[in-house]
Amino acid sequence: MTAVANAPSRRRSWVYIPLTMMALFYLVPLFVMLNTGFKSFDEVSLRTMWNLPAGLSFDNFRAAWEALRPNLWNSVKIVVPAATISSVLGSINGFVLAKWKFKWANIVFPVLLFGMFIPYQAVLIPLVTFMSKIGLAGGTWGLVLVHVVYGIPITTLIFRNYFATIPETLIEAAKIDGAGIFSTYTRIMLPLAIPSFVVVYIWQFTSAWNDFLFAVVLTNTENWPVTVALNNLAGSQIIAWNVQMAASFLAAVPTLLIYIFLGRYFLSGMMSGALKE
Amino acid sequence: MAVATAQTKAPKRRRKLFTMANWWGVLWVLPSILAVIVFVYGFIGWTARVSVSAWKGLLADYTFVGFENFTNLASDPRFSIDIQNTAIFTVVFVIGCLVVGLGLAILLDKGIRAEGFYRSLFLFPMAISFIVTGVVWRWLMNPAQGDRLSGLNLLFDKVGLDFLVNEWHGTPTWGIAAVAIPAVWQMSGYTMALYLAGLRAVPESLREAARVDGASELQVYRKVVMPLIRPVTLSAIIILGHISLKVFDLIIAMAGKQVALDVPSIYMWTTTFDGFFFGRGAAIGIVLLLSVAVLVIPYLWYTLRQESDS
Repeated sequence: MTAVANAPSRRRSWVYIPLTMMALFYLVPLFVMLNTGFKSFDEVSLRTMWNLPAGLSFDNFRAAWEALRPNLWNSVKIVVPAATISSVLGSINGFVLAKWKFKWANIVFPVLLFGMFIPYQAVLIPLVTFMSKIGLAGGTWGLVLVHVVYGIPITTLIFRNYFATIPETLIEAAKIDGAGIFSTYTRIMLPLAIPSFVVVYIWQFTSAWNDFLFAVVLTNTENWPVTVALNNLAGSQIIAWNVQMAASFLAAVPTLLIYIFLGRYFLSGMMSGALKE
Repeated sequence: MAVATAQTKAPKRRRKLFTMANWWGVLWVLPSILAVIVFVYGFIGWTARVSVSAWKGLLADYTFVGFENFTNLASDPRFSIDIQNTAIFTVVFVIGCLVVGLGLAILLDKGIRAEGFYRSLFLFPMAISFIVTGVVWRWLMNPAQGDRLSGLNLLFDKVGLDFLVNEWHGTPTWGIAAVAIPAVWQMSGYTMALYLAGLRAVPESLREAARVDGASELQVYRKVVMPLIRPVTLSAIIILGHISLKVFDLIIAMAGKQVALDVPSIYMWTTTFDGFFFGRGAAIGIVLLLSVAVLVIPYLWYTLRQESDS
């Protein structure tokens, strides 16, 4: 984005008016979550939703934390192994499909890729039946498996596109030096692919963290990740809306932090999802 | 997409030399390929089989009933509501994202200060789950009227825009359009990023040439830039369109399982896992899959072919 030659000029300053208005629109939900979250229980009322809190209080966050703590932990138990295994698998597939091509590689790739776009409702009944049969329904490990498998297309795609940019001569040189597939992969490709690992890891982390459909059909109440628990909490009459706001914020924090600190990599993953680079 | 150049040039002779090594390659990707074949294609086939079965209730029943489940859907009033809702949602969501996304991209492309700041701000909703978005917007779009006015309605009332006060997703027939607003909030930044990449790929010299020829800034966009970024619009429509066909969590979090805001993905879920109408659920799953496939397969085919041609 440094390629833009036009220096900012005074004449274009009107641009900031619509941009700032849109920025405010994007911030409204975040503002409501935090504004409500920091109010004390006595201050909270739907009628004064837009008033600023009188002081900083953590009542809502404390209540939300109490309600969601086990589920946040469940999410971590699902998301960390899923993202780790996905990254390793994706890097292997991407490497082979880009650089160690076999006869059918050009057919295998689109066949894998289509899996990324399917509506999961089309596989849900067999999936639940199958997972119960192999004893993985209900717990967190079943969900890890599901995220890894349905993550294969996107993770393969990201790594394949990255490995394809690495010059063929590097592989040739390695082959001449007697390197086999394993040492070419571990000694040459892996160190070069660290940025792609970051992209894939945070992509898989985010999509597994944000998943609801798989979790709601494949986990028992005690293994619910945070999205299912939050939805359940929002649907209940007992938990007040202010606690729901604070809970929403807690559920969003991990992925928001990733976005804030690793936004560039996150964007790159998103572009791959549209088959763009 | 200069991706494939290096590969297509690999001479044939080399392939023979490394036959053994290539078998290693196959072996490495085999677990993933098998997993996808089973979990994607195998399960789709299995769902297709269930969709032509009489399976109702907890015990699997594979008695063949032909297309009965599909024909029943065609005359099912709830399914027609679903189709109507999906159509309204898709139109509002896709057009909303395209307009907001393109608008923001054009503004950001002006070479402004703090571009990175604005860009990050417009994109952050992408990192949040639809469930969180739904829960927050459910309170922002609280339909209560009168003394119980709250959320955005209350804000409108306070700043003198009371004509905007409405019942949001509580509105009959068009309620689903209100659900598309948070969806636009979440995905328009992504559309902006797609457009911004497209705009940046338009060489400045082309615009400059048009300006030299006396084109106004508006004409530069209409006559030079827009035709060049048409492929971006097409990809955006396909990506957003397939997301809107699959929309599920957002509606659940905002409105639960109300029939008025029902869509096929929710119908499939409730009829299967609450009602145990497995045959019907599978049929809805297949209909969803086909509608997504019609949109995505030509796109995949075209994009990958373009890649190997370059």
